[in-house]
Amino acid sequence: MKLPLSWLKDYVDVDVTAEELQKKLFGCGFEVEELIEIGKEINGVVVGEVTECEPVEGTHLHVCKVDCGAHGVKQICCGADNVVKGIKAPVALVGATVYATAKDHVTIEGVMTIKKGKLRGIESEGMLCSGVEIGVNGDMFDGGDYCGLLLLPSSFENGADVKPLLGLDDCIFDISVTANRPDCQSVLGMAREVAAVLGKKLKEPDCSYTAKAKGEKVSVKVIAPDICPRYIAHYVKDVRPATSPLWLRKRLALCGLRSINNLVDISNFVLLEMGQPMHAFDCARLDGREIVVRRAADGEEIVTLDGKKFKLNGENLVICDGAKPCALAGIMGGENSEITNGTKELLFESAKFARDSIRKTSRALGQHSDSSALFEKGVCEYTTERAMARALHLIEQLDCGTVTDVHVDVKTEFSRDGAKEMTVSLNKINALLGIEIPKQKAVEILQSLGFGVNVCSDTMQLDVPAYREDIDGSADIAEEIIREYGYEHVKSTFMPTALITNGGYSEEQKFENRLKDNLVALGLYEISTYSFYSEKDLDMLHFPEDAPERKFIKIKNPIGEDLSVMRTTLAPSMVNTIVRNLRRGNTDGKFFELAKIYIPDELPLKRQPQEKEILCIGTFGGGTFFDVKGIIEDIADSINAKFEYAPAQKPFLHPGVCAQITCNGKELGYVGRLDPAICEELAMERKAFIAELDYQALRKCANAFKYKPVSKHPEAVRDLALVADVSVTCAQIEKEIYSACKYVSQVKLFDVYIGRQVVEGKKSMAFTVTFTPNEEAFTPERVDGFVKKILNNLKRNLNVELR
Amino acid sequence: MQDKIELLKKKIADAIKDVHSSDSLFQIKMKYLGKSGEVSELMKGMRDVPKDKRPEVGMIINALKTWAEEQFGKLDKSIKARELKKQYAAEAIDVTLPGNTGRKGAYHPNTLVRRELISIFSGMGFTVYEGPEIESDYYNFTALNTPADHPARDMQDTFYITDDLLLRTQTSAGQIRVMEKSAPPIKILSPGKVYRSDDDATHSPMFSQMEGLVVDKGITLCDLKGMLDEFARKIFGEAVKTRLRPSYFPFTEPSVEVDVSCFECGGKGCRLCKGTGWIEVLGAGMVNRRVLEGCGVDPEEYSGFAFGMGIERIAMLKYGINNMKLLFEGDVRFLKQFKA
Repeated sequence: MKLPLSWLKDYVDVDVTAEELQKKLFGCGFEVEELIEIGKEINGVVVGEVTECEPVEGTHLHVCKVDCGAHGVKQICCGADNVVKGIKAPVALVGATVYATAKDHVTIEGVMTIKKGKLRGIESEGMLCSGVEIGVNGDMFDGGDYCGLLLLPSSFENGADVKPLLGLDDCIFDISVTANRPDCQSVLGMAREVAAVLGKKLKEPDCSYTAKAKGEKVSVKVIAPDICPRYIAHYVKDVRPATSPLWLRKRLALCGLRSINNLVDISNFVLLEMGQPMHAFDCARLDGREIVVRRAADGEEIVTLDGKKFKLNGENLVICDGAKPCALAGIMGGENSEITNGTKELLFESAKFARDSIRKTSRALGQHSDSSALFEKGVCEYTTERAMARALHLIEQLDCGTVTDVHVDVKTEFSRDGAKEMTVSLNKINALLGIEIPKQKAVEILQSLGFGVNVCSDTMQLDVPAYREDIDGSADIAEEIIREYGYEHVKSTFMPTALITNGGYSEEQKFENRLKDNLVALGLYEISTYSFYSEKDLDMLHFPEDAPERKFIKIKNPIGEDLSVMRTTLAPSMVNTIVRNLRRGNTDGKFFELAKIYIPDELPLKRQPQEKEILCIGTFGGGTFFDVKGIIEDIADSINAKFEYAPAQKPFLHPGVCAQITCNGKELGYVGRLDPAICEELAMERKAFIAELDYQALRKCANAFKYKPVSKHPEAVRDLALVADVSVTCAQIEKEIYSACKYVSQVKLFDVYIGRQVVEGKKSMAFTVTFTPNEEAFTPERVDGFVKKILNNLKRNLNVELR
Repeated sequence: MQDKIELLKKKIADAIKDVHSSDSLFQIKMKYLGKSGEVSELMKGMRDVPKDKRPEVGMIINALKTWAEEQFGKLDKSIKARELKKQYAAEAIDVTLPGNTGRKGAYHPNTLVRRELISIFSGMGFTVYEGPEIESDYYNFTALNTPADHPARDMQDTFYITDDLLLRTQTSAGQIRVMEKSAPPIKILSPGKVYRSDDDATHSPMFSQMEGLVVDKGITLCDLKGMLDEFARKIFGEAVKTRLRPSYFPFTEPSVEVDVSCFECGGKGCRLCKGTGWIEVLGAGMVNRRVLEGCGVDPEEYSGFAFGMGIERIAMLKYGINNMKLLFEGDVRFLKQFKA
């Protein structure tokens, strides 16, 4: 929220600099995000009186003698059309900084420094300025918008600095207010905090008014009290729309609002000052002097005063007259009852609307305003009442209407008075904070924040201010005290009263750490990708219409289609990561990601889905299928498990280079090469391999390590070059070799050959077979016997022969 | 015979002079000392020596043999030394040639930070709890003192799946699940992914948080400060201090924003801390009594504190990463820098 220092000073005697105040506010919970200095760039500009003014022949210029008081009399050449002898105007002395304007005299093009110079041969020491040139507009000073000289009143003393005279010494605090403090979304609200932090007394704004005339009755009916707990209306007649006085226009301008006319400005002023959005209806344009607050009928329409038309439904709260909706409650008034320059009588509205109702409507319609922003944060009824009084006071002060006695205040059953009593114990507060707050200090702090405090021994009876709806218990009071007392008083202790607890990782978490350690040691880079993707990502990987991966959970309000579906497989994210790397010129890499997929029991989702952790591995660039499979075998080895591989099919993998992975008959996942057709579609010039493993299933495969005795005798190793039918798999041969001899401890393929050297339809496969002895050493003859048996079995069962 | 011996000795002495390699040395050695070498032949010649002279001649031949073995031994040593020298020269390499590297991969920066955080807090007695990412409105908001119309719901733009199920916006949801299941003393860390509808250089629709919760008897705000001091020193360096300032979270009261003194400039003010000397790292506070009550913990008997931080934020600060997007792009050139 924007808090102008000059306005703040109406309520608090600020006797510190803006920077000091900024620090103090920061300390008590209000971060000033920006301290905007008005007139920061303007320096060295003083009041000058034109004592002589002669036209320069053949030009539009005048050469003037300007009395600048203590700065002396300057000769200044001036091109403005309103320069005449006797006026006073701002003078930028030599060395001054002012805004440079474009040829239109309106557009600011930066800051310039005034130098002594010559115009058409005439010496000029300084510049007579327009409002724009010194950052003043018509709402800050009368005549500020004129493109000629800014005329100053004759009462201004020659030579005086113009900044304080024109309000250019002001600054604006742009404050971030936390969600629990809607009461501070206003100048008055912040003034309360400033008064407390500076130890000053708050000067309350004048809310007095007199009902000077009788008026014709207005009826107010609240049909939706749950979302409109309070509605106050007041009738003002004989209104005279006109331009607002300068002080009011200036206030609005500082907060970034444009002045419209005195009536509209009053409601905007109250919104800024008190944080209560108000609305003014042209009473003559209301049917039947009647206000009805209700939910809109489905399909009902309204045109708001910015000319936008909306089709409404039962979620939207509307303020209606006897016939039609006249305002979108809390968001914006309707065009049909807007104040115009011809308005003669008006009905002021000050109401409380439910936060979420306004929020929902405002979001659904995409219609936001200063008013809706405040209602969404929350207004309190204390302010609702006061704001009405304040607005009526301003009507009187500006003398722009007659306040009548027609005042309708509808307090519904949902109406709530924020003021409450509460008893708190200072001991308990100290126990929560861990420090001793001096009792007197605590009392002073609470009083400065507007609490009524009654101390009886340890306890304090408190009257909570009506605008502090956030105060809910002892902890809130503790916070009020400590934020004013200062967090620097909080010391560091280390839970002296707490029991010792045994911290650390669970077995499950340790498993995850070890798995990641192993993968990193194997040269893989860990990646993290979004948990959501697009349905298009499934199309990319050719998942058919009925694939289980298409049974996904959709986000109702995604950022975009790209991130709208909770993933059911990590493969698309992995492929996208690989593609991104290739496009960036990275030629190879090995990745893994351990993340969840989200599997619904049924759709639409009724309960929390299964969140299944998946280990996804992806490689691209160099390497073959067996490098990726090797990674998976290394994982198996690291958990002391043995995986089996069988040919399989996946929609996005090469039909001949894809394996299903199982362990003890349980499916773990798959590994394979990305389909070359997909590679082509994605313009990938290098091969990629993808594997996904069910992480929990993997964890269940892990076996504890136990030491196996090692034979004292050396192992025997034989290489066997075999010839087999092309259809015989490596796994089949391995299995035969293992089962033929109990001493076989390892079978390792080291070469496969298909080509001219072997008969067509056959392949050559070379294995290294290791035999491990127990108690007795092997003789070569014994090993020969083993090999013979192996070869016999291979021949018999698989028709495999020694080459 | 003696002349023969003298002659042979001279012959050996001469032959040695021409030996320059292990191979020729071996041949010479065999020629003289081998089974049928000249010295052995000499021994066979003993038959022709008169019996009485045999011991004397035998001694002389043995002396010759010993002498010859010594000569060969010496020669062998010097030849070996020379040969080794040659080998050294031949095998010398340019040690500045590159080593065979590139075998190791790397952890994601989030994993590095997460592990570091867990190790810091597990030393203080915290255990790790991971809750579901798709949460009910109750655990993510209502139980955390954020009812449906609460303005704090606006602080976080939530992704909804149904009216009741959503992608959790904060790991604080885990707090409730732990408190419901277990009784104090509680010291848990709840790390995990969270989701908010936000997307720019410092915000990502998915990021990770680490939530911490302590509930026990007599826990105070000073205890929170003490623990955070310890945390800040361990993760950012011994000289780092913490500062608490008031803030607001619906589930804590009082709530604080925690800043650490800038570890780049030591608090003097620099680009990292935007000239303030302080860096905002996490939010924390004393657990709101309504939250405790809702979980069946008696707030009259127990109190507690909670804190939550963004893991990416810590990683970005620690490693000087300037754009959050980089963490989720998986660019090899980015990833390979995080070898720890």
